[in-house]
Amino acid sequence: MTRTKLTRRAFTGSLLATSALSACAVQTAPAKAHVVVIGGGFGGATAAKFIRLEDPGIAVTLIEPKSEFVTCPFSNYVIAGFKQIGEITHNYNALTGTHGVRHVRDIAVAIDPATKTVRTGSGQSIRYDKLVVSPGIDIRWGAIEGYTEAAAEILPHAWQGGAQTLLLRRQLEAMPDGGVVALALPGNPYRCPPGPYERISVIAHYLKTTKPRSKILALDAKDAFSKQPLFQDGWNALYPGMIEWVPLNKDGRITQVIANERTLVSEFGQRHRAAVVNVVPPQFASKIARDAGLANPDGGSAGWCPVDPITFESTRIKDIHVIGDASIAGAMPKSGFAANSQGKFVAKAIAAALNGRPAFAPVYANTCYSLLAPDYGISVADIYRATPQGIVAVQGAGGVSPRTPADAAQFRHLEATYTRGWYSSATREIWGT
Amino acid sequence: MRSVIATAAFVASLLAGAAAAQAQQAAPIPGSVLAATCSGCHGPAGRSVAEIPPINGRTEQQLLSAMLDFKNDRRPATVMNRHAKGFSDDELAAIAREISANWR
Repeated sequence: MTRTKLTRRAFTGSLLATSALSACAVQTAPAKAHVVVIGGGFGGATAAKFIRLEDPGIAVTLIEPKSEFVTCPFSNYVIAGFKQIGEITHNYNALTGTHGVRHVRDIAVAIDPATKTVRTGSGQSIRYDKLVVSPGIDIRWGAIEGYTEAAAEILPHAWQGGAQTLLLRRQLEAMPDGGVVALALPGNPYRCPPGPYERISVIAHYLKTTKPRSKILALDAKDAFSKQPLFQDGWNALYPGMIEWVPLNKDGRITQVIANERTLVSEFGQRHRAAVVNVVPPQFASKIARDAGLANPDGGSAGWCPVDPITFESTRIKDIHVIGDASIAGAMPKSGFAANSQGKFVAKAIAAALNGRPAFAPVYANTCYSLLAPDYGISVADIYRATPQGIVAVQGAGGVSPRTPADAAQFRHLEATYTRGWYSSATREIWGT
Repeated sequence: MRSVIATAAFVASLLAGAAAAQAQQAAPIPGSVLAATCSGCHGPAGRSVAEIPPINGRTEQQLLSAMLDFKNDRRPATVMNRHAKGFSDDELAAIAREISANWR
């Protein structure tokens, strides 16, 4: 006990109140610094691992209440019935066992930048030298009138992987042939720009193969969307007459739900009653980031967190880096791929800062694959550089899959194959050994 | 039609070159930084186990010529042509050096 106390005192003081660490601390040299990561998704789990790879002398604590993470990418395929939830569920064993990240299974409830501590739900106070905040999104409950947590048990959002994913799956399974599946889709920005349209596509695939008289009605708060011509070409080819997409300018924006009647109400009062209703609601940065003052309080980007384009350090609070969907990352979309890319570069930026090395210019990347059917894939890709104007896509590079490639069937087949390849590689890199 | 595509590709390469040149006025970006996102699809250390081709265990020359061919649309591609155009030739060379030397 005395020995543990001495060891703790020898620590730089940054690791106070970390009882679980003592076993490791007794045996190894004191860490040069302590980085705390909030959130174990694509951004946070990547950052935690890569900080350890950049410099094993830096101690890393991951604060994440869950023992297993269900990814939002690929959850559309669980909803459509061609993936099982177990195939998109990952644990933190490699992160803790192989990479020496300490996992505190608790929720971060407050950040105090003055004392550089994170307080957890169970009352732990964890000190940091640098903090990475990668908490993802929260639903803006009530932004659509009547869309509450209780309403989401009847009209699932399924925009966070897990129970909501399975709820929407069960509703589709229970729906009789000939039913209408209605979706209410949000304005920008939101998590995974092509995600709603991939969901429409793979639900159509499920309905075509099992309940072919059914229809899909997509009510959108936007007039345009990611990879739109590619999606609409695919819908016409694969699911003719099955999908109706209603844009903003045709009164597509949903402003109210009546949950117990499974009814969506548009801005101008049209009512759409459906057998299954999926609401992809307006979102903002998760609570911990907003409560800490990391998010913009007002303006067009209210609720999202502004960051330095090179280091992803918050422009509002020093020594706190915000990555992933919660951040405002310029031209980069809110995607798992982007968060993974940001996690690697924030690890480099933090390791450089803690070792007194200068920062460097990052080159971010993104590739968002979408499946329109299990054998039909499309993509959008970009390379991004940090400029004085923020993070911008490199002109002349990137872009979407060609609309009319020479051998279209083979091209879409290959991209469907690479969709699965990306998921396998990315999740192995983040949560694998 | 062919000349339209060729012209578009030429203009695109000029634009990409300009952007890359602008980015390079600062110190050259190390290969370890430039190559960091490759593993997002090709897997840790480039050892893809799924359908995406692995990129570990290749020579610098193999990697560089493949990336230059993607960049200049001399090699069939789905997405690598779109990625390769985001880097200058020198940057692609740095990526090839990094991966051939350190990704096993």
